[in-house]
Amino acid sequence: MELFTNQVLAGIATGAIYACMALAVVMIYQAIDHLNFAQGEMAMFSTFIAWQLMQWGVPYWGAFLLTLVFSFCGGIAIERLLFKPLAKAPILTNVAGFIALYAIINSSAGLIWDFTIKQFPTPFGSSPFLGSQLISTHQAGMIGVTLVLLVLLFFFFRFTRMGLAMRAAASLPESARLVGINTSWMIALGWGMAAAIGSIAGMMIAPVVFLEPNMMLGVLIYGFAAAVLGGLTSPFGAVIGGFLVGIFENLAGTYIPGIGNELKLPIALALIITVLVVKPAGLFGRPIVKRV
Amino acid sequence: MSTVQEVVTEAAVVEAVPKKAMTLGYGTSLVMLALLILVPLFVKNFVIFQLTMLLIYALAVLALNILTGGSGQFSLGQSAFYAVGAYTSAILMEHAGINYAVTLPIAGVICFGFGFLFGQPALRLSGVYLALATFALATAMPQLLKLGYFEYWTGGVQGLVVTKPDAPFGLPMSQDMWLYYFTLAVSVAIYVFSVNLLKSRSGRAFMAIRDNEIAASAMGIDVALYKTLAFGVSAGITGVAGALGAIAVQFVAPDSYTITLAISLFLGMVVGGVGWLPGSIVGSAFIIFVPNIAEGISKGLSGAVFGVLLFLVIFLVPHGARQVAMVAQQLIGKLRKN
Repeated sequence: MELFTNQVLAGIATGAIYACMALAVVMIYQAIDHLNFAQGEMAMFSTFIAWQLMQWGVPYWGAFLLTLVFSFCGGIAIERLLFKPLAKAPILTNVAGFIALYAIINSSAGLIWDFTIKQFPTPFGSSPFLGSQLISTHQAGMIGVTLVLLVLLFFFFRFTRMGLAMRAAASLPESARLVGINTSWMIALGWGMAAAIGSIAGMMIAPVVFLEPNMMLGVLIYGFAAAVLGGLTSPFGAVIGGFLVGIFENLAGTYIPGIGNELKLPIALALIITVLVVKPAGLFGRPIVKRV
Repeated sequence: MSTVQEVVTEAAVVEAVPKKAMTLGYGTSLVMLALLILVPLFVKNFVIFQLTMLLIYALAVLALNILTGGSGQFSLGQSAFYAVGAYTSAILMEHAGINYAVTLPIAGVICFGFGFLFGQPALRLSGVYLALATFALATAMPQLLKLGYFEYWTGGVQGLVVTKPDAPFGLPMSQDMWLYYFTLAVSVAIYVFSVNLLKSRSGRAFMAIRDNEIAASAMGIDVALYKTLAFGVSAGITGVAGALGAIAVQFVAPDSYTITLAISLFLGMVVGGVGWLPGSIVGSAFIIFVPNIAEGISKGLSGAVFGVLLFLVIFLVPHGARQVAMVAQQLIGKLRKN
């Protein structure tokens, strides 16, 4: 039984990573109705910016804030320059665009900062949390950051005019335009916010997985799995999904023989497919009804 | 948040390509074929090897084109089917000692089955969800191939070495040249098969599903059957390409079949023009030669060059090589009138 609780705790700790990423995925899905395959790379690039700022002597929280601002502006710029012209294009063209973005960011990060692994500092320290060997203070801090982010997003979408406008623009663009919402800019704002959340995820994840251009691939797949499990329409579901995926991954690794580190990605694949087939809307998402 | 989505206002998955615009006329096809037969006689062995790879990737891109351009389904997971084909062929040749030519149809059938089965859960998914599921498949495949359980068969991380076949009947040809003509024969057969498939009843069903799924089912098309069938056919052809690739490269290893390969094939399809079958060879040339050029400019830059070119294609020639070919055709027509 102790093994079980320990594994669940460790699962929650890793789950926080996936929850952060899933939150960014859901954010962009809400804004543009597409899954951004370059999300992980955008987060990776932001994390490198933060690392570079710290190398130049900026203190952690200063670099953190500057990176947030940079990512927000960067997200908006990408949308305005590259994806706004594609808004009416077929889905295929959009997916191709995401893949192009993925390749560009990954390759240029490798070019600027090369592919060696770098240490990324944590603001929370890495001593054991409350005397427990399983969760370090960094992981506890990461869980805390994820939950704070979730609460902030909830208040933003629920209680501000801007949040309401963004929701309206995402779900019924035509009607939203009729009541005077600038839907095009709402989408850009969604990109900016998703990029900023992604950068937070990146900066939280980097101390755990170490900083390098390919650090996000596995995390992104798990973030997708978490978002799909929680329901792509629900930020709350995404966070819960993230924790569940983390717990599931750890338990499967412990109790099912033959599943070790080497099967991490196939587990995520199996999870994505199972959820999409059994309950396509996810645990907390709303099913979409199509009308001809 | 609304729970009702209007299908009419929703963006199309893939732009509808008219059936006639999917292939080339007889004359042009024969000229292309003659070129493909004659060129290897005048170039070095290494170039012949590259031409073989060109044909092999063209097959893989063609397979994706049938799936996406034909039936309107996405796949970012073609590398997985390619890997299964390559491994099937390598294992049969090295462990069971079966002749290389015989392994091709076996690889095709196994991949058809695999694709058909993967098409079952994929049925429930459309658009981005399908892209996501296949993306996960492609990233998971190298790890599955490295798995300890299959190590005896797959060679684990080390991979398997494949022997290159000699020209049969004592033909005076180098191994590379024989393999080229062998690949060419297989490619032509598969191309003819694909063209006829798209002209057939099944092909029309694919296109009806692509253009409007609900309308297609209202016309009595078994949507589930034809969607999985498209997946199966596409995976089967990709498997044959993978098997040919294994024979040509003489080596299979898990890390040759990563998501990068899947992305390259997808890119090849977009560059060649979605739904235009002859474009596959243009797309294939693009994904084989452009990285070499990019690496020549600066190492590690190929990804960025790929991405930038892809954006250029999306913005400037959204129909890829098909659009270029159509413009050229119109110009020639004008010149003739004058």
